[in-house]
This record gives sequence, structure tokens and C-alpha cells, in this order.
Amino acid sequence: MADATIKKKRPVYLDLFRIRLPLPGFVSILHRISGALLFLLLVLFGVYWFAQSLASPESFAALTQMLSTPFFKLVILAALWSYLHHFCAGIRYLLLDMEVGIALEHARASSWAVLAVSLALTAAIGSKLIW
Amino acid sequence: MVKRIVTGAHYGFRDWLMQRITAVVMAVYAPVFLIALYANSPVTYESWKSLFAQTWMQLATFLFLVSLCLHAWVGVRDILMDYIKPVGIRLAMEVLVIIALVGCGGWAVETLWRT
Repeated sequence: MADATIKKKRPVYLDLFRIRLPLPGFVSILHRISGALLFLLLVLFGVYWFAQSLASPESFAALTQMLSTPFFKLVILAALWSYLHHFCAGIRYLLLDMEVGIALEHARASSWAVLAVSLALTAAIGSKLIW
Repeated sequence: MVKRIVTGAHYGFRDWLMQRITAVVMAVYAPVFLIALYANSPVTYESWKSLFAQTWMQLATFLFLVSLCLHAWVGVRDILMDYIKPVGIRLAMEVLVIIALVGCGGWAVETLWRT
């Protein structure tokens, strides 16, 4: 058994463009990317928007006008997907911590579910929010 | 098997636990917020302001904000520990993250209670 693993050809360097992540690994790196994105959006925009939205009717109007431009619609969509992906993947990790869905096939199925549910919710909430 | 002397230090368990507790708080807040928003729709300045003028919403949002800052701190620190190896640069970035989070958190809480 040990021999078999040693004889297998393994990559000797970590070229990110040649590594094919298994599906749960893909969901995992998206969890990290979406988390980093959420942090940046929170610091760059989120708190400022929250303050603007509540300061006065004028600032609220100015904010909604700004957010209706195509660029900020994209920003909102990115934030929404990040939140929802992070949310769904996070619930998956909480379940994995409790040893729910540990088996490979279940882990794969739940990875697909995370991707699908977060994208579907992004489309559903995004279409309501933006248009 | 590495034998560690556990007294006097913690090995990330507290952060690990914190990450999960704050996650649960935010996971509960998100659908509650969406439902409250939907109940208050259409969203105008008046409905948006009155939503955050309610004490329960202020408290819930406050808990959310505290959880968010703690959660983001653990998460971003994890990322920095993985990718930023020079200690000085990492420390500087960690300090910037703390300043950003405390600043944003303070501003958001102030906004919340000014309403």
C-alpha cells in the first residue's frame, strides 16, 4: 500500500493553474474568496452606505441613485453572491463539524448544493433588489 | 505526537469556537432581517428608518455587527497567516485590519443608535 502511493507520479510544485481542485476544495476556496471579498466590501462601502441610508432623506435618495448605476449594481450582486455563498458554505461546515455529511458522496452532493443554492438565491434576491 | 504544555496559551480553539458562534448569530440575523425588510416593503427612507428605530432591531443589528467584526477578524487573520509570511508585514496588515474593523464597527453602531 505504501509502495503504491510512493510510485504514483505526484506534482513536485504547486502550480495553481495545473491543480484541479476536487469539488469540496473548490467550494472551500470560494468560501475564502467570498469571505475576503465581503471584508473588503464592508470596509470600502458597506458601513458608509449604511450610514448614508439612515442619515437623511437626501442622503438616502443620493445613495439609491448611486446604487442604481450599472457599476454599483454589479458591486451589489458580487456582495450578495459572496454573502450567500459564504452563508451556505458556512452552514455546510457547521454540519461537517458536527460530523453530518462526512462521507465522500455526501460531501460532494452538499458541495453541489452549496453552489446551486447560493447562485439561485443570488438570482432570486438580486432580481428583486436591483430591478 | 507532540506534547504541548497547554497552560498559559491557547492554540486557536477559542478563535475556532468564536468563528462558529458568531456565524450562528449572523445566520439567524440574515433571514430575520430579510423578513423584516419584506414586511416593511416597499423600501423608502421612512420605512427603512422606522425599521432601524425599533429597539429589537437595534439590538439584533448590534449583535450582528459585533459578530461580524469578530468573525471577520478571525477569518482575515487566517488568510494573512496563510499567505503573508514576513512577520513585520503581516503584523502591519493585522493592525490595519483591526483598525478598519473597529472603525467600521464603531461607525455602524453610532449610526444605529442615532436613528
